[in-house]
Amino acid sequence: MQIDKNLVMYLEKLGRIELSEEQRTASEKDLQDILTYIDTLNELNTDGVEPASHSFPVANVMRQDCVTNTAQREAVLQNAPNEKDGCFVVPKTVE
Amino acid sequence: MEWEIVMGLEVHTELATETKIFCGCSTAFGGEPNTHVCEICSGLPGTLPLLNQRVVEFAVRTGLATNCEITRKNKFDRKNYFYPDLPKAYQISQLYLPICRNGFVEITDADGNPKKIGIHEIHMEEDAGKLIHDEFDDCTLVDYNRCGVPLLEIVSEPDFRSADEVLQYLEKLRAILQFTGVSDCKMQEGSLRADVNLSVRPKGQKEFGTRTEMKNLNSFRAIGRAIAYEANRQIELLEDGEKIVQETRRWDDNKGYSYAMRSKEDAQDYKYFPEPDLPPIEISEETIESIRSAMPELPEQKKRRYIDELGLPEYDTSILTSDKAYVSLFEETLALCGSPKDVANWIMGEVMKLLNDTATLPENMELSPKDLAAVIQMVKSNKINRGTGKTVLEKVFTEGVDPEKYVADNNLAQITDLSALRPVIEEVIAANEKSVTEYKSGKTQAIGYLMGQAMRALKGKAPAQEVQKLLHEILD
Ligand SMILES: [Zn+2]
Repeated sequence: MQIDKNLVMYLEKLGRIELSEEQRTASEKDLQDILTYIDTLNELNTDGVEPASHSFPVANVMRQDCVTNTAQREAVLQNAPNEKDGCFVVPKTVE
Repeated sequence: MEWEIVMGLEVHTELATETKIFCGCSTAFGGEPNTHVCEICSGLPGTLPLLNQRVVEFAVRTGLATNCEITRKNKFDRKNYFYPDLPKAYQISQLYLPICRNGFVEITDADGNPKKIGIHEIHMEEDAGKLIHDEFDDCTLVDYNRCGVPLLEIVSEPDFRSADEVLQYLEKLRAILQFTGVSDCKMQEGSLRADVNLSVRPKGQKEFGTRTEMKNLNSFRAIGRAIAYEANRQIELLEDGEKIVQETRRWDDNKGYSYAMRSKEDAQDYKYFPEPDLPPIEISEETIESIRSAMPELPEQKKRRYIDELGLPEYDTSILTSDKAYVSLFEETLALCGSPKDVANWIMGEVMKLLNDTATLPENMELSPKDLAAVIQMVKSNKINRGTGKTVLEKVFTEGVDPEKYVADNNLAQITDLSALRPVIEEVIAANEKSVTEYKSGKTQAIGYLMGQAMRALKGKAPAQEVQKLLHEILD
C-alpha cells in the first residue's frame, strides 16, 4: 500500500488533528516505513494456519455481574479540562 | 403506479444487567451526571476492559428466543470514531463474528398468514454517553453514566412491507426481551430504540430502491408516523422524476416531519479492527444447553399454556401476553383467587381502562395482585356487585386504598339479610301507583322502572335477582 499526502490529510480529518507541512511529510514517511515493515509478514507461508486475532491461547476471560465501583465523580472530573454541573465540558457539537 | 415499501430494522436494547459491559459501574438509570463512571468507562489510557459474563448469557438467551444460530467462537472489534460521547474514541462492538445469526420472529401478514421476519444478526456492544447542549455557555456538556452500558443490536433482514408489520415485530421483540429478563425495554428511558431503513420500489420490481435511515424514533406511535411520512416523501420524489439521496434522517415527532442530518462526511469510515484488549469468547454446547434449560417461559409458550390448561380464548391470551406486566398481574392474581376467565376479564376490561384513563404505562402500574384478587373475590362471593367492584378498583388504583376496608368503611357491602328488602320494595310499590297499574294492565315492561326505583332505594347494594323475585311475589 502506498501512503501519500492525501491519505495523511484524510487521516488527520478522521482523527480531528491538524499537522504542519513538516509533520505531514514526516508522517508520510513513518507510515510508509511501518507498512513496509508489516509487509514482511506476508513473506511467511501461512498455509494451513487458522486465522487468529490474538496471539495468546487465552479465551473466556470474564467477570461476574456485580457492582464494584462507587460514585467517584470528583476523581473522574479531575481529568476534565473544564467542568460544569458535574459534566465534562467540550466544544459545541452539532448533529 | 403501485409502490411497495421495503423496510429493515436495527433495534438497540440496553440490557438489564447490574453493571456495565466492561467495568463494575452500576447501570442504574437516572443517577446524577457522571456518578456511575470509573477509569475504564471514562476511557483513561492504560485501563483494560473486562467482559461482564451476564452480557454473553443475555445475548445467547435472546438468540435462542429468536431462533438464531449461536456463534461458537466470538470476538470483539473496534469501531473507531471521534466524537465526545465515546471518550475512548472507539466503540467496542462486534463486526466480523456477531454472537447470533440467521434467526427469525414470526408475525402475521396483511392476509392473516404467518410471516417470518428474518434476523440477520445480533451483536454485543457498548452504549455511548449523553451530550447535553448548554445554551447559556454555548458549549456541550457530557454525562458518561450511560457510556459502557451493555447493548444488543438486533439487525433484521429487509422483510417488512408495512408499518403494521414493523410494529407487530417490535411488540413481539419487546415481549421476548422482557420475558427473558434481558431488558426492561422502556422506550422513554432509551432502553429500546429502533432505526428504520426504508426504500420504495414499483410493485413487482426485484431490485431495492435507494434507502434512507431514520433515527430518533422513541415511541411506537412515532415509528408508525415516521414510516408513513418517509414512504410518502420518497414516492412523491420518485413520481416527480427525482432521485432519493441515501442519507440519515432525524424524525421530529412534535412537528411530524423528518429532516436530513448533516452528513458526517468521512466520519462513516470506522476502520474496524479486532479488539486487542479482549480475548475471544468461546461458547460451548453445554453452556448453550444450560442457558436454554434455564430460559423463562416465552410469550408464545405462555399463550399456548393459557389456552390448553386454563381454557382462555386465544384473543384473551394475545392481549395478556403482550406485556410482561399483564402476565405478572394475571398469574399472581390467579394464584390468589382462581377463576382464570374472571381475572382475564378484569385485567382486559377495568385494569386496562384505568391504565388508559390515567395514561399509565403497564410497567409503571402499582396495582397489587393481592388487591385485585380481593376485589374479584368480593364480587364473586356477591359481597359487592360488579358496579361497586369497579368503583372500588378505581379507588385502589388511583388512591391505593385497601379494598376490603374501603367497602366496610363506606358501607358498600350487599344486603345479605333478605328480610330487610321486603319493606323497602313495598314502599317503592306504594309510591309508584301509576307504574303498578300499568304493569297490572298488561304492560309488563313497567316492572323495569319499578326495579330501577327499588335498586336506587337500596343504593344498589341488593342482589338484583332477589329484588326482582320479591317484586313479582308482591305484584303477581
Ligand atoms: Zn466504569
